[in-house]
Amino acid sequence: MFLGLFVVWPLIYTITLSFADTNAKLKIVDWVGFENYKTLFTEDKEFLDLDAFPPTGAFINNLKWVVLYTSLSLGLGLLIAVLAARVRYESMIKAVVFIPMAISATAVAIIWKFVYDPDPDIGSLNALITAFGGEPKAWYGRADLVNYALIWAYVWASTGFAMVVLSAALKGISEEVIEAARTDGASDWDIFRRIQLPLLSLPISVVAVWLLINVIKVFDIIYVLTGGGPGGASEVIAFSMYDETFTNGEAGYGAAIAVVMLLLIIPIMAFNIRRFRSERVVS
Amino acid sequence: MATAEVTVQRPARSASERMVGFLTKTPVHITLLVIAFIWLVPTFGLAITSVRVPADITGSSWWSSLLDWRYTLNNYDAVLSRANMDRSFVNSLIITIPSTLIPLTIAALAAYAFSWINFPFRDTIFLLIVALMVVPIQMALVPLLRLFRDMGIANNYGGIWLAHSGFGLPLGIFLLRNFFITLPRDLIEAARVDGASNLKIFLRVVLPLSVPALASYAIFQFLWVWNDLLMALVFVQNSDLWPMTIRINQIQSQFGIEWHLLSAGAFLLMAVPLIVFFALQRYFVQGLLAGSVK
Repeated sequence: MFLGLFVVWPLIYTITLSFADTNAKLKIVDWVGFENYKTLFTEDKEFLDLDAFPPTGAFINNLKWVVLYTSLSLGLGLLIAVLAARVRYESMIKAVVFIPMAISATAVAIIWKFVYDPDPDIGSLNALITAFGGEPKAWYGRADLVNYALIWAYVWASTGFAMVVLSAALKGISEEVIEAARTDGASDWDIFRRIQLPLLSLPISVVAVWLLINVIKVFDIIYVLTGGGPGGASEVIAFSMYDETFTNGEAGYGAAIAVVMLLLIIPIMAFNIRRFRSERVVS
Repeated sequence: MATAEVTVQRPARSASERMVGFLTKTPVHITLLVIAFIWLVPTFGLAITSVRVPADITGSSWWSSLLDWRYTLNNYDAVLSRANMDRSFVNSLIITIPSTLIPLTIAALAAYAFSWINFPFRDTIFLLIVALMVVPIQMALVPLLRLFRDMGIANNYGGIWLAHSGFGLPLGIFLLRNFFITLPRDLIEAARVDGASNLKIFLRVVLPLSVPALASYAIFQFLWVWNDLLMALVFVQNSDLWPMTIRINQIQSQFGIEWHLLSAGAFLLMAVPLIVFFALQRYFVQGLLAGSVK
């Protein structure tokens, strides 16, 4: 049907394409076997450079994204969900943190490009630093800072999601259990550590899966905020795919990168299906 | 998702108890205040910048302007007329509305079939669709682009409508099917016994009962398409048809970093999602949660 034509057929086509060489019109001109993959992991320094120390390239950048983006979004989301539950203005705090979820990565990129602006009279972050006597920094103009600047901007946009899911799950924990623990002399930290955290393990894994899928596909925010720069320092897998395919016209090579993305996502997909199946057994 | 809040009646506390409660909570309040600050200031700063005179933006900081009110809407006028943002706003709507309605219709029909009609391999096919939900769009960009060129719809809205519909469908089928199967079986059976056709059951029984689920999915898909940049970059090649997300980038490369244009443009881009968010917050959050949780 519809899905077959617009999702399944392209999937197979792209896998085929990844074993081919193409011309500028994206037509296949030659079959090259695993050549694209070999180049990608051994010769393409922009994608993966293991000779440098520490290793660099789009693949390594994406690993940084996976670790930092996932843990920070999850950690902050949990922190805000737990803390907000203890104050009267809970709904207000949650709305404030959640709003960035509604807007596009393009808008988030513009918002943070403004915060990171190197001129301390324009960029809020550099203004804050100079107010405390520090030196303004080119947050997205320096190869050693740009990835962290980008990751933080995206964490800012995604924390609301983790927070809302975890907050809803927290509300599902019976008040009586917590009251009982408190009567037995448990501290807030005990309650969090021994009761809330174990009961939240399923929603936490759900959020983690969502964040992981999201971070492997991250593209828009980088395209708008840095365009992959400076000098390719902030490229990630999805960015390389776009760049090779549509800027350089290397559709076969780009397809190989897309397949790498799919291979990274398949384990997550398998996890999702297993969970879905086990849920059905229960219900 | 059960989001019902459980309120437990506690005995009234004395003033001193409340004081102690407040003091032990001080670190909590401070942390939340810092968090609110980090989440509000970036957006607020850009909002103020979007109404400042261009010469002021480069001359002094946005926070200093809070003491010296000289605001104007000229930036919005400039970005709409000079940077073609008005045209792009309309384009965004033309792209987004069919890209929401097409998958909504197909997903609702398919979800009905997966819930209430028996056919061979039904559950296997459904599982396959669940698996397709996470396929990265990158896997389809080049094949679809070639297909759309062959079909002659790479230079109009046809390509992007179809691409968004195809990639929005798995989630839609998944969400709606999970809602449809919770409808009471007796109701559907009773309609069948009365001789109603599947189409009639779908239109008269299932759809009216499923408005919240349909709304959640529609809002989710609408915002997804409205906020999308990557698919628009690939499938909308004609610059007259560009949506706002591409146009803002074009402003960056064409005029350099002109904050008066960029800030106003970003707020025009955000306006629609924010209106949707505040007007339909409940459905919106449900849609987002449903997209991941169940």
